[in-house]
Amino acid sequence: MSMRELACAALALAVTGCAAAAGRVETPNLGRPATAAEIAGWDISVGPDGVGLPPGGGTATKGAIVYEQKCQACHGAKGAGQPNDRLVGGHGTLASKTPVRTIGSYWPYATTVFDYVRRAMPYVQPQSLTDDDVYAVTAYLLNLNGIIGENDEMNAQTLPKVRMPNQANFIVIYPRRER
Amino acid sequence: MNGTRRRFLEWSIGVLAATGVLTRAREAAAADPPDVPPWMKSPGAGFNEYGAPAKYENKVTRTFARSQAGTTGSGAIRTPLEALEGTITPSGLHFERSHSGVPDIDPAKHRLLIHGMVKRPLIFTLDALLRYPMVSRVHFLECAGNSQLLYQPTPPTLTAGQTHGLVSCSEWTGVPLRLLLEEAGVDPRAPWLLAEGADAAAMSRSIPMAKAMDDAMLALFQNGERLRPENGYPIRLFLPGWEGNMSVKWLRRLKVVPAPIMTKDETSRYTDLQGDGKSLMFTYPMEVKSVITRPSHGMSLAGAGLYQISGLAWSGEGRIRKVEVTTDGGRTWINAALTEPVLPRALTRFRLPWRWDGAATVLKSRAVDDAGNVQPERDRFIAEHGSNAIFHCNAIQAWSVAASGEVKHVYA
Repeated sequence: MSMRELACAALALAVTGCAAAAGRVETPNLGRPATAAEIAGWDISVGPDGVGLPPGGGTATKGAIVYEQKCQACHGAKGAGQPNDRLVGGHGTLASKTPVRTIGSYWPYATTVFDYVRRAMPYVQPQSLTDDDVYAVTAYLLNLNGIIGENDEMNAQTLPKVRMPNQANFIVIYPRRER
Repeated sequence: MNGTRRRFLEWSIGVLAATGVLTRAREAAAADPPDVPPWMKSPGAGFNEYGAPAKYENKVTRTFARSQAGTTGSGAIRTPLEALEGTITPSGLHFERSHSGVPDIDPAKHRLLIHGMVKRPLIFTLDALLRYPMVSRVHFLECAGNSQLLYQPTPPTLTAGQTHGLVSCSEWTGVPLRLLLEEAGVDPRAPWLLAEGADAAAMSRSIPMAKAMDDAMLALFQNGERLRPENGYPIRLFLPGWEGNMSVKWLRRLKVVPAPIMTKDETSRYTDLQGDGKSLMFTYPMEVKSVITRPSHGMSLAGAGLYQISGLAWSGEGRIRKVEVTTDGGRTWINAALTEPVLPRALTRFRLPWRWDGAATVLKSRAVDDAGNVQPERDRFIAEHGSNAIFHCNAIQAWSVAASGEVKHVYA
C-alpha cells in the first residue's frame, strides 16, 4: 500500500468513524415541504380524543336513511349482519363459547366507527360519503346498539365523549408483554 | 367467527381433494438408461425475459380461502409451505392479506407524506426515496391470524401451508424509517406514528415510535426486485418480527401523533379475545413457533425406512436457539439441526434424519428462541388463552403417521 493509499484509508476511517460516533447517516434531504392544504386533503385519521373530526353532525334518524341506501345490502337490516359483518348486538357474549363481536359488544372507541366508515365504507365506494352522512351513520349504529339516543347528534364535540360498553375489557400489552 | 372458520374449512377440504396436494411418485422408466432422453436429441427452448417455474411444478401454488361476501380482494392467500425448502419464499408465493384488493399504483404518481408532530412536514417521491441509504435484511412476515385454525375444537384437515402459510420470508431492501423521520425533524420522544396505506381501505395502524426509530424500514425491494403489487408496491412499511398487519402496504402517509389512533384494525380486529371475555390489545411481536413441513398433512410415507424431517421455525422476539423434534408422540425429544445462517426474526430451517419403523406415531416440533420463549403445547395454550381468539396462535403442531404411511393433522 502506497503512502497515498494509506492516507486515503486513514481519512475514510476517520470519516466513517465520525459518522458512527454521531450515530447519524448522511441523507440527501429530498423531501419537499408539505403545505397545510396538502396535509388537510390527506389527513383523515381521527383519534379517540376527537382530534381530526371534521365540522358537521348527524343523528340516528337521518343515519337510518343513509344506512338503508349505502350499508344494508352488505350488513343486513338494522346491522343484523349477512352477508357481511354483524354490527349490532352480542352484548354479554364475549366470554361464552360463541362470542359475537359487534360495534356495540366489542369496539372500545366510538371515534373508530367514524374513522373507519369515512375511510373505507361503503366497500365499493370508499371516501364517497359526506361528513354529515358519516356522522349520521355512526349515530345510527351507536343508537341501534343502545349506546346513544335516537335524537342525540354526533359531532366533533359529542362523539369523543361516547363511552363504549366494552372499553374497560381491553388489556394493553405493549410495551410490556404479560402473556 | 366459528361459522367463518367452518366455511373456510369446508371449502379448503374441497380444494385439497381437487388439486390432490399429495406426494406422487414420479412416473418411472421414461428416461432410464440405456435410452437417451428425447430432450437431448433436439435443441431446447430459447430465452425468457422473465422466468417462470418449471411447468411440472404448476401445482405449487398459494391457497386462496375466500374473499368477504360480495368482494374479490378482502381475504388472504397462503404460502404452500409443504412444497418449499430452504428459508426464502419465492416472491410469487409470498402470502397476501389484503383488506380491499390490490391497488394499481403508478409509482411516478405515488407520494409519501410525513407530518404531525414534526418540525418539517415532507412529501417524498419514489425517485427521491431511491437515492437514500438502504439496508437489506432477511426477515419473516407473519399475519397475526396465521395458524388460527388451531383454535378450532377439531384439527383442520388441511396441509401445513393451508394452516400455517400466512408466514413467508424474504430479503427486504429499503430505507431505514429513522432517516426520514430525522429529516422531518421528529421529536424522538413523540410516542406514536400512524401509518396509512393507499388502498381502497386506506388500511391504517398506530406504530410505537420506539419501533419506528429502531429497525423499521420503508421496504422498496423484495428478494432483489421491486415489491410485488400484492405486497405493497411501491412502498411498504416493514416492522421486523411484528404482526404483519402493521407492516402497512402501499404506504402513503405517516403522521406523528401523541397517542394511538385506535383504528379499526387495532381495536375491532387484531386484538385477542381471551376465554374470560377480556381482550389483549397491542400484542405486537409474533410468538416463537415451528411447524414440520415434511412430512405433513396430506402426504404419505412409502413404507418403513430413512426419511428426512424438515421444517420451519421463527420468532418475532429474536433468533431461534433450538428446535426439538419428537417422533414418538412426545416421549423423547431430539435437537434438530438448524441450517445456517440462523438470523433474527427470520425463518430458520430445521432438519432431522428419522428412521421410521413403520408403526403408527405422532411427530411434533417445539421451538425455543434466544429470549428463552418456548413454543407451548396446544392443550396448554388453549387452557391459557381460550379458543375464542383469532390471532397469535403459536401452539405446537402435531402430525400423526398411520401404519399405512398416511400423515394427518391431529391434536396430540
